[in-house]
Amino acid sequence: MTAPLLEVRDLRVDFPHRRGSLRALDGVSFTIEAGEILGVVGESGAGKSLTGAAIIGLLEPPGRIAGGEVRLGGARIDDLPADALRRIRGRRIGAIFQDPLTSLNPLYTVGRQLVETIRTHLPLDAAQARARAIELLGETGIPAPEARIDHYPHQFSGGMRQRVVIALALAANPELIVADEPTTALDVSIQAQVIGLLKRLCKDHGAAVMLVTHDMGVIAEACDRVAVMYAGRIVEIGPVREVIHAPAHPYTAGLMGSIPAMDEDRERLLQIDGAMPRLNAIPSGCAFHPRCPHAMERCRRERPELASAGTTRAACWLVHEAQAA
Amino acid sequence: MTARAEPLVEVRDLAKRFDVSAPWLERVLDGRPRQIVHAVDGVSFDIARGETLALVGESGCGKSTVARLLVGLHPPSAGTLRFDGQDLVAELASPRAAALRRRLQMIFQDPYASLNPRWSVRDIVAEPLIEHGLEPDAAARRERVAELLRSVRLDAADADKYPHQFSGGQRQRISIARALATAPEFLVCDEPTSALDVSVQAQVLNLMRDLQRERGLTYLFISHNLAVVRHVSDQVGVMYLGRLVELAPKRTLFAQPRHPYTRMLLDAIPDIHLSGRARTPVQGEVPNPLAPPSGCSFHPRCPLANARCRSERPALRELGEGVRVACHAVEEDRLAA
Repeated sequence: MTAPLLEVRDLRVDFPHRRGSLRALDGVSFTIEAGEILGVVGESGAGKSLTGAAIIGLLEPPGRIAGGEVRLGGARIDDLPADALRRIRGRRIGAIFQDPLTSLNPLYTVGRQLVETIRTHLPLDAAQARARAIELLGETGIPAPEARIDHYPHQFSGGMRQRVVIALALAANPELIVADEPTTALDVSIQAQVIGLLKRLCKDHGAAVMLVTHDMGVIAEACDRVAVMYAGRIVEIGPVREVIHAPAHPYTAGLMGSIPAMDEDRERLLQIDGAMPRLNAIPSGCAFHPRCPHAMERCRRERPELASAGTTRAACWLVHEAQAA
Repeated sequence: MTARAEPLVEVRDLAKRFDVSAPWLERVLDGRPRQIVHAVDGVSFDIARGETLALVGESGCGKSTVARLLVGLHPPSAGTLRFDGQDLVAELASPRAAALRRRLQMIFQDPYASLNPRWSVRDIVAEPLIEHGLEPDAAARRERVAELLRSVRLDAADADKYPHQFSGGQRQRISIARALATAPEFLVCDEPTSALDVSVQAQVLNLMRDLQRERGLTYLFISHNLAVVRHVSDQVGVMYLGRLVELAPKRTLFAQPRHPYTRMLLDAIPDIHLSGRARTPVQGEVPNPLAPPSGCSFHPRCPLANARCRSERPALRELGEGVRVACHAVEEDRLAA
């Protein structure tokens, strides 16, 4: 078997401050194959966006990678100098962010921004780059791309702007796309269209996609596999269908139960009391234990690693015990 | 369904227009006309006492403007608003305004922006009590604040803390405690859980339901999330470009959506349980509200649109069993089931 396209192993991210250091990501490991969409889901503060930022080398200082490695196509990229990483970013890794308005320069036409990106990464002349830009806009579903290419970002609606951002991310035909909440700022009807577009492009280009979102619905629609994060760690990872229908980790189960369902009536929603811990107060042992209905003595003392639970893997002592039994 | 009680809130042909023209000089120099947005355009509904009406729709459909009109934050451009039989607009302009204002309160979307960061939780929750002169005695007021905090499942000792010491969900509970301070009958909730994480959203939705049971509250619930709407509401109104396109009891609306826009919205919801139900892909985007399409404003995106839809605007018609739909295709039975 060949090496996976993206391999993240034991990634740790620290935020140093005056009196010590806060660990924001602690031992995150996963892989994404070419042509696969991996969803990374979690609530605010889980570390999902940070994982994406660390992979593309755009951690906000003072945040820094404190350990572990990131491999793209088998070669390490986390220890590259800033210059080399900048060439990879855009060429081999495309990024899509939440707010399409801030990802585009309001002073330049979308065509100029696309052509600049294309010519930075590919050996094309101006006319060829413009032709490719028009082709990309058409591919992302923008009507009349020949005319729209000379428009400014404010002349596009929110959904159309996000399509332009996707076209930018695809400009150099990257192997990996990191999409951070790409549909969160959009209305539901537009969200459905953008998810459909991402899935189609991933299939056509054979690109691997890491899709970061807080929305389980988006995960269910778009992804092949999903990693659930809590307090800087992956607590469960596996095929989407299994994680949604038979979650092994109590946090995943709680998360699924707290979503109002469209096809059943419940008097009350399942409720996980409390909230995600702050970085400076991560509980001992399993970070979820203060909110967990199944917490045992061991959960308070020892931190569980991921263990196999059927087709998914979950970091929970219940899973470890079931496995041992 | 049981016989409806006298409605607490009656809204008839409500309209709100905003003037969004460029400044006068620019307009004259460029020879441009005035520009008016019809944010809310002829909306009518009732809310029965103790029930929840949810208004749902995409950005710019006017749902938040309706919420603001109902608590008197904007004066309506046309139409009538009645609260418990009284004319809301006239009453809020009269010397008796305070007595009415006490009976309706609002909860906002962003619990970070709607609480004053320099005030302690006690000051925040006690403000309406002081404003309305409800608890003149300081000791009694402290006790009342403690009681309100307990009613939203916070600790009485939290009164001495400041908003930044709380998570988003806890802050939204503080907003709810503040709204409950005047013992209102009617709460207008504008996207109360949209800024919250799902597990925290579940806490707040459960709390709102418990409070409705305990106190017989009536809610107007504004949301863009159909799954949340389905969980909280009794009646659902679907809005599109300032107009109500469908109004129906919750069960009917979700089991048998009539308006093509309602159907499209339901089809756009991610299928979280991967049931593989058949769905039609969503087409197009909401048009510019400054230049809404002629006739039925949904016609450019509607798979059933014909010449009549392009020229004549459909009225909201009663179909029986409390279902009202504004659609020529439904009226003419052109709808494929």
